[in-house]
Amino acid sequence: MTVLLPLAIVVPLGGAAVALLLGRHLPAQRVVAIATGAVTLAIAIGMLVSVDRDGTLTSPLGGWPTPIAINLVADRLAALMLVIGAAMLFAVLLYAQGQRAEDERSPWYTPTYLVLMAGVSAAFLAGDLFNLFVAVEILLMSSYVLITLEGNDAQIRSGTTYVVLNVLESMLLLMAVALVFAATGTLSMAELPARLAALPEGVRTGLNLLLLVAFGLKAAVFPLFSWLPDSYPAAPSPVTAVFAGLLTKIGVYALIRTETLLFPGGQRTLLLVVAGFTMIVGVLGAIAQTDMKRILSFHIVSQIGYMLLGLALGGLAAITATIFFVLHQIPTKTSLFLVEGIVERETGTSTLDRIGGMARRSGPLALLFLLPALSLAGLPPLSGFVGKVGIVEAGFAQDQYVIIGVALLGSLLTLVSMLKIWSGVFWGRTAPDPTDRVGVLRHHPLMSSVTTAVVALGLVIALAAGPIYRFCGRAAAGIVDPSRYTEAVTER
Amino acid sequence: MSLALAVLIGVLASVGTYLILHRTLTRIILGLGMLANAVNLMVLAAGGPPAGAPIIGTDGPLGDPVPQALVLTSIVISFGTTAFLLAVAYRSWTIDGNDEVEDDIEDRRIGADDEPPVPG
Repeated sequence: MTVLLPLAIVVPLGGAAVALLLGRHLPAQRVVAIATGAVTLAIAIGMLVSVDRDGTLTSPLGGWPTPIAINLVADRLAALMLVIGAAMLFAVLLYAQGQRAEDERSPWYTPTYLVLMAGVSAAFLAGDLFNLFVAVEILLMSSYVLITLEGNDAQIRSGTTYVVLNVLESMLLLMAVALVFAATGTLSMAELPARLAALPEGVRTGLNLLLLVAFGLKAAVFPLFSWLPDSYPAAPSPVTAVFAGLLTKIGVYALIRTETLLFPGGQRTLLLVVAGFTMIVGVLGAIAQTDMKRILSFHIVSQIGYMLLGLALGGLAAITATIFFVLHQIPTKTSLFLVEGIVERETGTSTLDRIGGMARRSGPLALLFLLPALSLAGLPPLSGFVGKVGIVEAGFAQDQYVIIGVALLGSLLTLVSMLKIWSGVFWGRTAPDPTDRVGVLRHHPLMSSVTTAVVALGLVIALAAGPIYRFCGRAAAGIVDPSRYTEAVTER
Repeated sequence: MSLALAVLIGVLASVGTYLILHRTLTRIILGLGMLANAVNLMVLAAGGPPAGAPIIGTDGPLGDPVPQALVLTSIVISFGTTAFLLAVAYRSWTIDGNDEVEDDIEDRRIGADDEPPVPG
C-alpha cells in the first residue's frame, strides 16, 4: 500500500494541472476539482486503514535505499491528520461551489486550491525536514494566492502582512534546516533523533528554539500570533474556513513532531508559559472584537494554546489528548467559519452591530453555530470537552495546577466571547431589511448541507470518542518514543 | 566555513533585517531578498569546507551534494515568493498610488480613539 503515499500528493497536483489547462471552462474545472478532492480523501482513508493494520508506511522516493532516500512516511498520526485534512478540504470545496462569490468565478481559484491540497498532504507525509520545508512552501504559496485573489484594497493590505511574515517564517525554517544539517549531517526524521541526542546541550537548545520560533509563527502562538487575526478575516469565507481549520494546525503538527521526535522534552517550561499566554491573550482578544470573523480568528489563537499545553506536559497521556484535541479542533473551527459564511452571505456583513435575530429567521442555522461553539468552549458532552478533560487530567497527574487553572479560565472566557456572537448575531431584533426572509438554510442548499455534514462530523467525534481516543493513544505511542519511529522507517 | 563567508552572511542578514523594518513594500521585498541570500549561503556553508566534485569515483575529497540540491530548491522558492510580492506591491500601487504597508484595522481604531475631540 506504499503507493498511496506519493499518490496523495500527485493526485491533487495532477488535478491542479488539469484544472489549469481547462482554463476558463469553469464547470469542467469544478468537476475536476470535486473528483480530485474525493479521490484524495479516499486515498487518505485507505492509508489510515492500512497504517492502523500494518503499521507505519514508508515510501522512499526514487527507489534509493533508506539512509539516502527522501522518505514519505505515514505513521498513525500523519494518516489521521491527512484524513481529517482531506475531509475538510473536500467539504469546503463543495461549500465554495454553493457560494459562487467573486473569487469563485476566477479561473485561478480551483487550481490554486488543489495545489494547497497537495501541499497539505506533503506536509503531513514529510519524513524529512527539508521536505517538510518544501511542503510548507507549496501550501503557503497557494495560500498567498488565495488570500489576495480578489486583489481589492482590504485583501492587499492584510495579504501583505500575511505574505511578508510567512516568507520570514520560511527563512527561519530554512535557517534551522541548514543548521540542523550542519550539526548532524542528515535531515531524515528517522535518523535525526539519535544524532541530535549526541549533540552538546547548547547546540541542541539553539536548534530547538529556532525550530520552535519558525513553527510557532506558523501555528500563531503567543507572541507570534498578531498576523493571524488581521489577515484571515480579509479572505473569502470558504478560504478562511480552510486556513482556520487546517493551516495553523500544520504548524501545530510540526511542533508536535519537533518536540516529541527531535527534541523530546526539550523546552517544557517555555512551552508551558507560552501556552498559558496564548490561551488567555487569544481569548481576551476575541472578547474585545465586534466582528464575527475577527472573534473567531482570535479563537484560533487561543485554542492553539491548549494544543501547546498538551504538548508541553508531554508523556503518553498528554500527547494522546493533544492529538484528539487537534482532531476535534479542525472540523469544529471549520464549521464555525462555514456558518459565518452563510450569515455573511445572507446579511452581507459580519459586523455584530449590523446583524441580529438570525435565530428567529432560522433555528437550524442557530443550532449549527451553537453546537461547535459550545464544543469549542469545552462543554460536555461535545468533543471539545473530551479533549480538554484529557489535557487537564494529564496536567493534574503532573501537579501543574497553575496552568490548569489558566486553561479552565480560558475555557470560561471562550464561552463568554461565544455568547457575544450569540447575542449579537442570533438573538436580538431583526434588522428592518426588505431582503430579510425566513428559512435561511433553504436558500443555500449546498452551503448548508456541507455545514451540517461538518458539524455532524464534530458530533461523530464526540459520540465515537472512545475508539477515536484509543486510536489517538496508539498514534501517540508511536511518536513519544523516537526509537519506535526510527525502527518503523528504517526496517523497510 | 571561511571567515569571509561568515561575514558576508552576517552583513546580508543585517542589511535585510534593516530593510524589512521599513514601511515601503519595495524595501521590504529587497530586504527579504537579502535575507534569502544570507540563508541560502548558510545552507551552502552547512555542507562543510569546499571540496572536489560531488561525483563518486573521482579522486580526492568528495563534496557533499545535499546542500547544493537544497540551495537550488530554496533559490527557486525565494524567486517565486519575490515575484509574487512584487505583483502585490504593484497592485497596491495601482490601488493607492503608493506601496506603503498600512496600519491594520485594530491600530487605526485605537488611533482614532486617542484623537482629541474636534472642537465646536
